[in-house]
Amino acid sequence: MPRRPVAPPRAPVTRIAAALALTGALSACNTVVLKPAGDVAQQQGDLVVISTLLMLLIIVPVIALTLFFAFKYRASNKEANYQPDWDHSTQLELVIWAAPLLIIICLGALTWVSTHLLDPYRTIGRIDPETPISAQVEPLEVDVVALDWKWLFIYPEQGVATVNELVVPTNRPLHFRITASSVMNSFYVPAMAGQIYAMPGMETRLNAVMNRTGDDFVGFSANYSGAGFSGMRFPVRSVDDAGFASWVADVKDGGEKAAGTLDAPTYLDLEKPSENVPAMHFANVDAKLYGRIVDMCVEPGKMCMSEMMAIDARGGLGKAGIHNVEMLTYDKHGREAALDATRNPDAALTRELAWVRALCEQEAGAVIDNTVEAPEDKNSLTGFGLSAPQSLSLAGQNDSQSTLARPSKTSRN
Amino acid sequence: MAIEAVDHSHWSPLLGRLWWDAIPPDPIVWATFAGVMLGGIALVAALTYFKVWGYLWKEWFTSVDHKKIGIMYMVLGLVMFIRGFADAIMMRLQQALAFGGSEGYLNAHHFDQVFTAHGVIMIFFAAMPFVTGFMNYVVPLQIGARDVSFPFLNNFSFWMTTSGAVLIMASLFIGEFGQTGWLAYPPLSGIAYSPYVGVDYWIWSLQIAGVGTLLSGVNLICTIVKMRAPGMNMMKMPIFTWTALCTNILIVAAFPVLTAVLTMLSMDRYLGFNFFTNDLGGSAMMYVNLIWIWGHPEVYILILPIFGVFSEITATFCGKRLFGYTSMVYATMVITILSYIVWLHHFFTMGSGASVNSFFGITTMVISIPTGAKLFNWLFTMYRGRIRFELPMMWTVAFMVTFTIGGMTGVLLAVPPADFVLHNSLFLIAHFHNVIIGGVVFGVFAGINFWWPKAFGFKLHEGLGKISFWCWVVGFYLAFMPLYVLGLMGVTRRMRVFDDPSLHIWFIIAAIGAAVIAAGIGAFVLQVAFSIWKRKELACDGDPWGGRTLEWSTTSPPPHYNFAFTPVVHDIDAWEDMKRCDVAAPKSGFLDIHMPRNTGTGIILGGIATVFGFAMIWQIWWLAAITFVGMVGYSIAHTFNYNRDYYIPADEVAETEAAAHGQPLPAGA
Repeated sequence: MPRRPVAPPRAPVTRIAAALALTGALSACNTVVLKPAGDVAQQQGDLVVISTLLMLLIIVPVIALTLFFAFKYRASNKEANYQPDWDHSTQLELVIWAAPLLIIICLGALTWVSTHLLDPYRTIGRIDPETPISAQVEPLEVDVVALDWKWLFIYPEQGVATVNELVVPTNRPLHFRITASSVMNSFYVPAMAGQIYAMPGMETRLNAVMNRTGDDFVGFSANYSGAGFSGMRFPVRSVDDAGFASWVADVKDGGEKAAGTLDAPTYLDLEKPSENVPAMHFANVDAKLYGRIVDMCVEPGKMCMSEMMAIDARGGLGKAGIHNVEMLTYDKHGREAALDATRNPDAALTRELAWVRALCEQEAGAVIDNTVEAPEDKNSLTGFGLSAPQSLSLAGQNDSQSTLARPSKTSRN
Repeated sequence: MAIEAVDHSHWSPLLGRLWWDAIPPDPIVWATFAGVMLGGIALVAALTYFKVWGYLWKEWFTSVDHKKIGIMYMVLGLVMFIRGFADAIMMRLQQALAFGGSEGYLNAHHFDQVFTAHGVIMIFFAAMPFVTGFMNYVVPLQIGARDVSFPFLNNFSFWMTTSGAVLIMASLFIGEFGQTGWLAYPPLSGIAYSPYVGVDYWIWSLQIAGVGTLLSGVNLICTIVKMRAPGMNMMKMPIFTWTALCTNILIVAAFPVLTAVLTMLSMDRYLGFNFFTNDLGGSAMMYVNLIWIWGHPEVYILILPIFGVFSEITATFCGKRLFGYTSMVYATMVITILSYIVWLHHFFTMGSGASVNSFFGITTMVISIPTGAKLFNWLFTMYRGRIRFELPMMWTVAFMVTFTIGGMTGVLLAVPPADFVLHNSLFLIAHFHNVIIGGVVFGVFAGINFWWPKAFGFKLHEGLGKISFWCWVVGFYLAFMPLYVLGLMGVTRRMRVFDDPSLHIWFIIAAIGAAVIAAGIGAFVLQVAFSIWKRKELACDGDPWGGRTLEWSTTSPPPHYNFAFTPVVHDIDAWEDMKRCDVAAPKSGFLDIHMPRNTGTGIILGGIATVFGFAMIWQIWWLAAITFVGMVGYSIAHTFNYNRDYYIPADEVAETEAAAHGQPLPAGA
C-alpha cells in the first residue's frame, strides 16, 4: 500500500481551515461568556482565554508534531530514519514530564489566586478595573429562590418581590443569597457572573456587579430540575439608580403584573409546580419569609431545620424524638399530613413544638452569615491572612516582641 | 401552565404497580415497540429456522471461554451503542427543531427520558462492555494464559451486565425511564419528585450490571497477578495488560461506592429512609459527593484500557518498540491514584470554599501531566518509526489530535472560576464527548479493526472501514465543535426548547454532524457484514499486522485452549522477540490440557436476576421474594456441581496444531 499513507495528513488542512472559519464565525456571534456586562463574569471570561492560551503553548506543538511525525515517518517514505529498537531517551523523558509540569505550575498558581479572588462568597473588591469599591456604597441584597419551575427574587430592603424578572442597578455591588424550594437548580446570569447552585435547605451566595445598562440580558437555571426546566428563564435588566428607584416604585404601586403581597400562604401556593410563568410583582413581602424558606418551615406547624439541629446538638430527645418526625416531613408526599396536623392541632404536638423552640438560641428562619470579606490588601492571599514574616524578630527574645509577632484575632476583620 | 399529573398510584398484590397505565402514551414509543417486536420475531424465527438455538446455547451462552465471552461483550456493547445513538439523534433533532416557538416533536416527559437514557446506556452498557470485552479477549492471550482465573465467574459477570441492559431496554416499553439526568441527583430522583418507576429502573439496572462489572474486575486482577507466563514479570507485561490491571483495580475500588450509594437511594425510595431527602437532615450533597467518588474513577476505567489499545497499535504499526515503556507504566499508575482525588471538580459550583475548590482544581490539572506524558510517548513511538496507515493506526492519529483538544478543554474546566461560567453548559458537553468519542469510541473502533483478524481469522474490509473512519472524524467535529461555541454563548445542557434564534444555526450544524456520524456507524455495520460475506478473500494468518505481543503468536482464531504449551517470556514484546530469535513452534510432545466445562448457571442466574429486578421495580413483592431466594438457592446448588472440568486429549491438541499448519505456532518452553 504505497500511496495510502498520505491520506491522513490531508485532514488537518481541512480541519485548520474549518477552525479558522469557525473563529471567524465565532467573532460574529454573541459569546456572552467571553464578552459579558459584569466585572466578575468578565474576569472569569478572561480567565477562560488566558488559560486556553497558556495551554495552547503545549497543545499546538503536540498536534503539529503528531501530524508532522505521521507524515514524515509514513511507511512509504523510505528516506526517513527508522530505528525499531530505539525506545528510551532520558533527556526526552525529562522534557515530556517537565513541559506539562511547568504549564500546570503556572496554571495552578493562576487557579489558586483566581479561585480565591473570584470566590462567589467573597464580596467584590472593585466595581470595574478602574473603579475601586467605595465605602459608602451598600450592596443591594437580593434573595433568590428557585421554585418548580420559576425564579422568585425578594428585595428585602425595598420590601418587594418578583417572579421571573430580575432588575438590578448598574455599578452597584449585588449580593445574592440563593436557595431552592424543592430540587437543585443553578442560578446563572451569564452576562453578570458565574453560576452557583440553588439547593433546598441550604443557602449559597453570589457577589457580583453589572457594569452596563441594558434590558436584553437573560438568566436561567443551569442545572436540570425536571419537566419545566427549559422554561426557567427570566429577563435581566440593568438600570441606573434612578431607573431602579422608579422600577421599585412601580412594583409598589402595582400594575398589570401585580400579584399582591407575598406571605406564607401566597408562597405555598406559588411554589406549586408550574411552567413558563410570566413575570409577577409583589408589592409587599413578609420579611421573615426568605429565612423560613431556607429553614424549610414556611408551612405552619413544621419544625425548622435550625430547631432540629439544635436538638441534635444536644444529643437528640431520645425516644421522645419520635414525636417530632411528623413535623419534619417536608417533601410533597408528606405535606398533607403536616397540614392535617395543623388543621386539627394536637395539643401534645403543639406542646412539643413549644418545648423545641425553647431549646433554640437561633431564631427560627434566621440564616447564619458566612460571607467572606474581600481584603483591601491582596498580599494576604499568598499567606491566607497571616501577617508577613518581617514581624518575626529573631534578634529580640523579650516577651512583648513575641506577642507582637502573633497576629491578634481581630487583625482579620 | 399547570402541570397535568398522571396518576400512577395503582397497586395490586399480584401485579404490583404494573397496570395498563404502564404503557407509555406516546406514538413514537408504540412505533418503536412495533418495529422492535417485528424485528425480534423475525430474528427468533430466523434462528429457529436455521436451527442455531442449540449452537448458540452450547457454544456461546453457556461458554466459559474468555474469548467467546469477550466477543459477546462486544456484541452487547454494539447493540446498546446503537440504542444510545438513536437517543442522541433524537436529542439533536429535537434541539434543531424546537426554535421560534416550536415545541419540537418531543414533550418534556419523553425528552428528559431520552437524555437520561442516552448517558446511562452509553457509559454503562456501551462503553463498559466494550472495554470489558477487550480486556476479556486480549488479556489472557497477552499474558500466555489459557483462560481467566475464574471462567464461570466470567460468564456470570457477562450475564449480569446483560441483565441490566435487558431491564433498561424494558423501560422503553413498560413504564418509563428516569427523567433525572444520567446520575440521578436527588432530591429530584427521590420518591417525592420522581414517584413512578423511572428511577427504579435506573437503580436496578445499574445495581445488577454493577455486580457483573465488579466481579469481572476481581477476576481480571486475579488473572493478571497470578496467571502470567513464566518470565513475564510485572515490568515485562504488555502495556495493554498494565492498563487493564490498573483499570480493574479502579473498578474494584470504585464500584462498591456505586453499589452503596444506589443502595442508600433505594432505601430512601423504598423504605422511607432519609439519606438524601430534604427531610430529616438528609443531604443531597452527600449523594453528589458519593456518586462522583465512583463517577470520576469511572471515567478512567473507560479511558485507561483504551490508552493501552492505542499503545499496542502505535508500537505495532510503527514497527517499533513503545517509547518510554517504564514512564508509560508509571503514568498509568499515577492516573489510577490521582483519579480518586479529583471528584469535586464535578461540582465546584455547589458552594465549596475557595481553598477546597482550588485543591481539587489543581489535582485535576496534575492528572494532565501523566496523560500528557502518555501522548508524548505515542508521539515518540512514531518518531523514527515506519508507520503503516492501516485502519487501526488511522484511528490512533485521529485520537491523538482529537483527544489533545478535549484534554485542553478539560483542564480549562478544572479552573474553578472558568468552570463557574462553563459548568453544565454545552461547552462541558462538547468537552466530555471530545474525550469520550475522541478517546474511547475511536479507541474501540481502532481495537475492533486491530483484533478482529485475531478473533475471526479474517481482516475487516479496508475501504468501508475508511468510509466509516472519515464519517466519524468529520461527523464528530461537525457535531461537537458547534457545542463549544454554544457553550461560550451561555447555552446550558438538557434544554428542550430555545427562544434565541441566533443559536439555531449551530444546532443545525450539530444535527448534520450527528447525521454524518450515523453514516459512519452505518458504514461500520456494512464493513462488518461485507467482511463476513467476503471472509475467504480477507482471510489472514495468525499475525496479520506484524504483531509484537503473545496474542499474535497463536492461530487466528486462537484454539480453544489458546496455547498448546505455555510460552516463556524474555522481553516486553515477547512475540517480536520470538520472531527475531526464530523460535520454532514445537511439533510434538503435546500433553492433555485441563479445561473448564461450559455451564448454563450464568445465564440462568442472569435471567432470574432480570426478573428479580423487574419485580423490585414494579413492587411485585411475592415475585421479588421468590426470585431472590431462587438466585441464592441456585448459586448454592451450583457449588455442588462437581462436573466442572475436562481434559482435551493430547491427540486432539496435536491434530489441532497440525491443522494450523502454515500458521505461526506458539513457542514452547
